[in-house]
Amino acid sequence: MSFVTPVIAWAPLAPIIIVLGAAAIGILVEAFIRTPATRRAAQLALALASLVGAALVAILQWATLDGAGTVVLEHMMVVDRQALAWQSVLLLFGVLGTLLFAARTRAGEEAFTPLGAVAPGSTEETLARRKGMQLTEVFPLALFAVGGMMLFTSVTDLIFLFVALEVFSLPLYILVALARRRRLLSHEGALKYFLLGAFSSALFLFGAALLYGATGSTSFDEVGAGIASATGLDTLILAGAVLVVVGLLFKLGAVPFHSWTPDAYQGAPTPVTAFMGAATKAAATAALIRLVYGALYGLDWELSWLFWTVAIASMLLGTVVALVQTELKRMLAYSSIAHAGFILVAFAGFPDSTLSALPFYLLTYGLATMGAFAVITQVRERGEDGTVLGEATRLGQWAGLGRRSPWLAASMALFLLSFAGIPLTAGFVGKFVAFSAAMSEGAWPLVLVAVIASAAAAFFYVRLIVLMFFTDVPDGQEDAVAVDYSPLARVVVVAAAVAVVLLGIVPGPVLSAFENAGVLLLGAAG
Amino acid sequence: MLDLTWLLIAVPLASSIVLMLAGKRANPWGHWVGVAASGSTFIVGLGAFIQMLGLDSEERAHAVHLFSWIPGGELNLDAGLLVDPLSMTFVLLVSFVGTLIHVYSVAYMEHDPNRRIFFAYLNLFVAAMLLLVLADSYLLLFVGWEGVGLASYLLIGFWNYKPEYATAAKKAFVVNRIGDIGLIIAMGLMFAYLGAVDFETVFAEAPAASTATLTAIGLTLLLAACGKSAQFPLQSWLGDAMAGPTPVSALIHAATMVTAGVYLIVRSAPIYAGAPAAQTAVAAVGAFTLVLGALIGMAKDDIKKALAASTMSQIGYMMLAAGLGPVGYAFAIFHLVTHGFFKAGMFLGAGSVMHGMKDQVDMRRYGALRTAMVTTWITFGLGWLAILGIPPFSGFWSKDKIIESAFVGEGAQPWILGGAALIGAGLTAFYMSRLFFMTFHGKARWTDDQHPHESPAMMTVPMIILAVGSAFLGLILAVGDRFAVWLEPVTGHVEHHEPVLPVPVLIAATLILVALGVWVAWRKYGAADVPETAPAASLSTIAARNDMFQDSVNRAVFERPGTHLTRTLVYADAAIVDAAVDKQAEAWGKTGETVRRTQNGQVRSYALTMLVGLVIVIIIVVQGGL
Repeated sequence: MSFVTPVIAWAPLAPIIIVLGAAAIGILVEAFIRTPATRRAAQLALALASLVGAALVAILQWATLDGAGTVVLEHMMVVDRQALAWQSVLLLFGVLGTLLFAARTRAGEEAFTPLGAVAPGSTEETLARRKGMQLTEVFPLALFAVGGMMLFTSVTDLIFLFVALEVFSLPLYILVALARRRRLLSHEGALKYFLLGAFSSALFLFGAALLYGATGSTSFDEVGAGIASATGLDTLILAGAVLVVVGLLFKLGAVPFHSWTPDAYQGAPTPVTAFMGAATKAAATAALIRLVYGALYGLDWELSWLFWTVAIASMLLGTVVALVQTELKRMLAYSSIAHAGFILVAFAGFPDSTLSALPFYLLTYGLATMGAFAVITQVRERGEDGTVLGEATRLGQWAGLGRRSPWLAASMALFLLSFAGIPLTAGFVGKFVAFSAAMSEGAWPLVLVAVIASAAAAFFYVRLIVLMFFTDVPDGQEDAVAVDYSPLARVVVVAAAVAVVLLGIVPGPVLSAFENAGVLLLGAAG
Repeated sequence: MLDLTWLLIAVPLASSIVLMLAGKRANPWGHWVGVAASGSTFIVGLGAFIQMLGLDSEERAHAVHLFSWIPGGELNLDAGLLVDPLSMTFVLLVSFVGTLIHVYSVAYMEHDPNRRIFFAYLNLFVAAMLLLVLADSYLLLFVGWEGVGLASYLLIGFWNYKPEYATAAKKAFVVNRIGDIGLIIAMGLMFAYLGAVDFETVFAEAPAASTATLTAIGLTLLLAACGKSAQFPLQSWLGDAMAGPTPVSALIHAATMVTAGVYLIVRSAPIYAGAPAAQTAVAAVGAFTLVLGALIGMAKDDIKKALAASTMSQIGYMMLAAGLGPVGYAFAIFHLVTHGFFKAGMFLGAGSVMHGMKDQVDMRRYGALRTAMVTTWITFGLGWLAILGIPPFSGFWSKDKIIESAFVGEGAQPWILGGAALIGAGLTAFYMSRLFFMTFHGKARWTDDQHPHESPAMMTVPMIILAVGSAFLGLILAVGDRFAVWLEPVTGHVEHHEPVLPVPVLIAATLILVALGVWVAWRKYGAADVPETAPAASLSTIAARNDMFQDSVNRAVFERPGTHLTRTLVYADAAIVDAAVDKQAEAWGKTGETVRRTQNGQVRSYALTMLVGLVIVIIIVVQGGL
């Protein structure tokens, strides 16, 4: 056995290197800058600079790329137009997410606990709060997550895919646990997320092992070739394929691998929910595309059963349970499950147009998610003495918000309508291109279910709009809810709202950019 | 200048927007901006007209491409203007009469606090009307069509603090909507069967289309024309539309907008060429309405409503002519132009009378105004002579040609249509003379506080100009068939047809009937005393006073069944549709509650869910199906 020095094309890796490098520097910043305020400023500047810089590099590379792309590391990783499109989307979510992470209430309260390592309600916690400690590790953690997700979109090897999966999952587990208020709920959500995530990682690894056993390789191109030439090993290949796909479906939050979603969404600090909701789904979709189109293409007929079943189950369960939710973040969690189903609809029959439809869909979905959760961070409960407390997430508390803060409520309504896929919002165009992809392969029953589920889902979105605009504040509750404008959160709301409207009215330029990204480069050299 | 015709629309539209947005600070000068915008359209129109006169007749149709409007798939439409003799005629009429009425309004609306907004609406109307006549496709025409409808609605309801005026505006709007549906369906049919909605393609494809298609398009276009031009059965709104300020009645509800239906029919000549049944329907509607309008006009005591009935009747003449096909097109437009002058002039005269009589509109309280308002009396008198069709005044040249053409043909048709036109002429003479004598002659029946006086020059000058037009325009245009030749590139050249009766006989018959009408009117309303309140009358007079019970008919035929239909639908909606939705929602909710229980918070059961789900999925995939 001899080792060959791997040939690595470094230049296309620049965006990933910038983000992960900045994350590593961020850890050093943690160690060396002691004043919380300075440290926070430095971390924020570092995170934003690296994310924006990486985004510019990624978009520049995307625009100037000749041919399909570059094989960065043979059999292991490519950077093609598809990957660059996803990386640009993820970096956008990274920027918006970082802004939300840094948002503070008028009283200067952050979304994160001052000290993550102490027990909730302990004297140490009180002390840390009084001393004005700040948990600035969230910024490097977010950078690690973004970097891992970017890797996730580009790797073409099952083991490398697993590594990328863990690189972005582990920071998220920690972030979920760091809520400032309702810390026990936050801990519980994080623990569940972690345990079930570990479970799904095990399933993924088990599937990878089975595929390796069947085809003798973990690289997508060789697995794909192995599947094409396989005879008699069907069950092994099928079980392996299902297991690796399930590992990704878990991240996507599709039924029946969705159970973590409501608890994690609800428990996590809302900025983390926003980032996770938008970015994890995008990364999982990107990896699923590359896995399915790159390695498992030969199993399209067999896997279509999986996709149809899971898609229908996700759309129905997500919609039905969201109908009866009374907690806003849980409602949006179930809505995200239904959206996982809508995303899977586009996989029916593996049409080529999915490659350009889904990046657009996830862009629109992520923008609306970011915006909606950014609104939630600003609607707060108010204590008896008038102090602003945690977020008001019970549906009833939003009654009459439209009268109190018409612009905020109107933006929320816009995001909800976009979720529902109402024309002239980005969500409509997103759903339209995704469902068109499925229709092109004749999967009309699936599209029919999707459309019915969308219509049913509109009910709970519109219910909140009715609550905000057409319901009076209950007597005696006039002062129970406060709208706490935070400039950074407002930037996110405005940016997302403008993008949702623009993409809904003139989707042309962005759509054609993504059409250009509908090219996959498989891992093989040359 | 021909390429600058887009200015005709852009300038008044811009002025309208400025006036609407400028707010109160525009009060001192806003109306002059409106007058200037309207005046500029006349100057541009005149320039284009002079340039067009320099061209050979076959080169006079000039297309102006504006922009690509609806690019896409099967329907590819550019927005463009078509400047040809027909649209040029309208441009000159609208901009000239429009400008005069703008000037008149400056004085007429002097004491209205919202004069600025009034001029904004007037400019909006001018822009929309010019767009309507200049459009090179039905769709762009429709934009103008709706634009004039909007302006008409806004102006009828200009004094909307009076509930009945607001109702009148709404009525006009609703009735016009029915006509608009006709135009929309017509466009749908064109797109479906002829593949386009622009004039050029539609007219090129029309000869090849089936008679059924063309008849359907022709009838739906007729419905549209009936709505806009207040023809039977959609005539009911015009009388109420007199709620608007009198200059509006003169411009929109007499001279220009209400004639848009005639324009639509004449413009669509190639479609009617292949649809004789639809063409006959046009003529029948015209003939019926001209008699109906005249009968209503005979019984009205409100000067504006009498004039409105007369407008309806006169447009009936134009429709009749348009329904005669190429023989009549040129005369329809000819009468439209002369009518635009003399009717606008008479409305302005009525406005002048109202101005001097403290907004009194009841003619039974007028009388003997010829001494108090000499200019108004003379100008109105010229309009009166014109509408009567006394040679050599304008109306004679245009109306007589229509009567002649109506008698052209075979079988019973010329006798019915021609007979209606002939009788209409006699009735017109009676009711217009009645109006004229009741207002200006006889004894003064003024209420005690009235001191009639002549209006200021800014009002009388436009009236004088229009009166000169009423007197001589017909003669000028009729000499050597000048007007018909001018329109020939659009309406086509027509050989002369002989009517079933000799022309001199027809002229003589018409004049005799007119003289008879005038004589009867003089006996009853000029020489005799007119009672100050309307006397008890026969059933037919009561019917005419009540617009032939048009509102009651509409209520019985459309409103009541409509109300019952909506009630039934509301009930069905609640009992069937809503109930189904409610039950379904309930079922979804229950399912949700059940499924929700699986989310019990126990991480071990979550993992179990995943595992069971995984096993099921693997089984499904390995089995290759459910």
